[in-house]
Amino acid sequence: MSYLEFLEEFGARYLDGSLITLIQAVCSSILAIAIAATMGLMRLSHLWGVRAIATCYVEFFRGTSLLVQLYWIYYVLPLFGVPLDNFTAGILGVGMNLGAYGAELVRGGIQSVPRGQYEAAIALNMSPIGRMRRVIMPQAILNMLPPWGTLLIELLKGTALVSLISVADLMFEAKQINGSTYLSAQAFGTALVIYYIMARLIITPLMRWSETLLSRRMGRA
Amino acid sequence: MAFHWRWDFTWDILPQLAMGALNTLLAAVLGYLIAMVIGLGFALLQRTGIWTLNRLVREVVEFIRSTPLVLQIFFVFYVGPQFGLTLMPWTAGMIAIGLHYASYLSEVYRGALDAIPRGQWEACRALNLSPQRTYAGVILPQAVPAALPGMGNYLIGIFKDTPMLSVIGVAELMHTANAIGGNNYRYLEPYTLVGLIFLLISLPAAFGIRRFESWVRRALGMGRGH
Repeated sequence: MSYLEFLEEFGARYLDGSLITLIQAVCSSILAIAIAATMGLMRLSHLWGVRAIATCYVEFFRGTSLLVQLYWIYYVLPLFGVPLDNFTAGILGVGMNLGAYGAELVRGGIQSVPRGQYEAAIALNMSPIGRMRRVIMPQAILNMLPPWGTLLIELLKGTALVSLISVADLMFEAKQINGSTYLSAQAFGTALVIYYIMARLIITPLMRWSETLLSRRMGRA
Repeated sequence: MAFHWRWDFTWDILPQLAMGALNTLLAAVLGYLIAMVIGLGFALLQRTGIWTLNRLVREVVEFIRSTPLVLQIFFVFYVGPQFGLTLMPWTAGMIAIGLHYASYLSEVYRGALDAIPRGQWEACRALNLSPQRTYAGVILPQAVPAALPGMGNYLIGIFKDTPMLSVIGVAELMHTANAIGGNNYRYLEPYTLVGLIFLLISLPAAFGIRRFESWVRRALGMGRGH
């Protein structure tokens, strides 16, 4: 079977799988960003208890591996009376894991804004929320965009693991096609190329674009 | 089956899990050693001055870095037999994880080498130092401390990625837990214990690596005077 014939026969399944992977990636990114923002801000709190909760969360999710967390969420959580379908379990696992890494980026991004900016905002009598929203956050976000680009690629790669709890994503389709045709190089190679295209032709340009957009709005470009 | 932790079962499976944990550590260390060497190759091949070669290696590194490790493990394991080369799970796993982390480490090396000011190279040339003395006496003492934090993070990273080797049947911790769970229809204890074992190893390891970094930085800082 030539490679073109292979694509003709299985192309549709690769597309289906890619779509599921993209949905998984988008949903878990939203979850990861929400968790990262919350936990990152909590890590900077003045209250000892709030800081401790966030530190525990981050250390716990960064200390164990994503695959272990996924299996735990999918196989053990139902025993506590939280039955989850595999699709939701996948989003939860990937989102919560990468959210912990993101929290550190949020914390670092906010801490990288020079002290003078805080002091100037206070001197101008801005409210704490206004100070955060109009002075600190825009600069912090601009600082953290490049590492977030890397993190989102990690997240996309992480979604491949949801195939192990039987979500029919790109990786899952590749495994199925390999199982029925034994054309491993074609089956897995195609999936590898698709993941690469998603990372380099979707995530990387998207992050570049938001970086230029944001720096232009801040008058830096 | 409801939530009910069984201690007798826990004690029964703990020795097996401990063996699995040893294999996990072994896989992480072996994979990391392979990654360190190949990663250095990747980094140096990008500094050759031959434009096409630099560009090619750069793309290869980017490709490996942006695609999922678990898919690469499958690829390495299954593609061999298609062309008449059968690999043991351990061999395939070490190649895949070694290559994946080599691409990460090469970026760490590259960053550390790039961070050395041009003047340092020029001074070595002006002093007519041999390439060996340039590297051993001037470049590496500055590049190594710069590379250490990244290298430490990836050592812990490779340890946390070894569970993926279970998909091709490498008998590490996750694989052991899967087998125990499947045989006894109990997943609560094995999976929870796997999580705990990972925490118990990776948190102290992270702490130890930070200590080691500051120790190296101090040791090299003192050794620079002569």
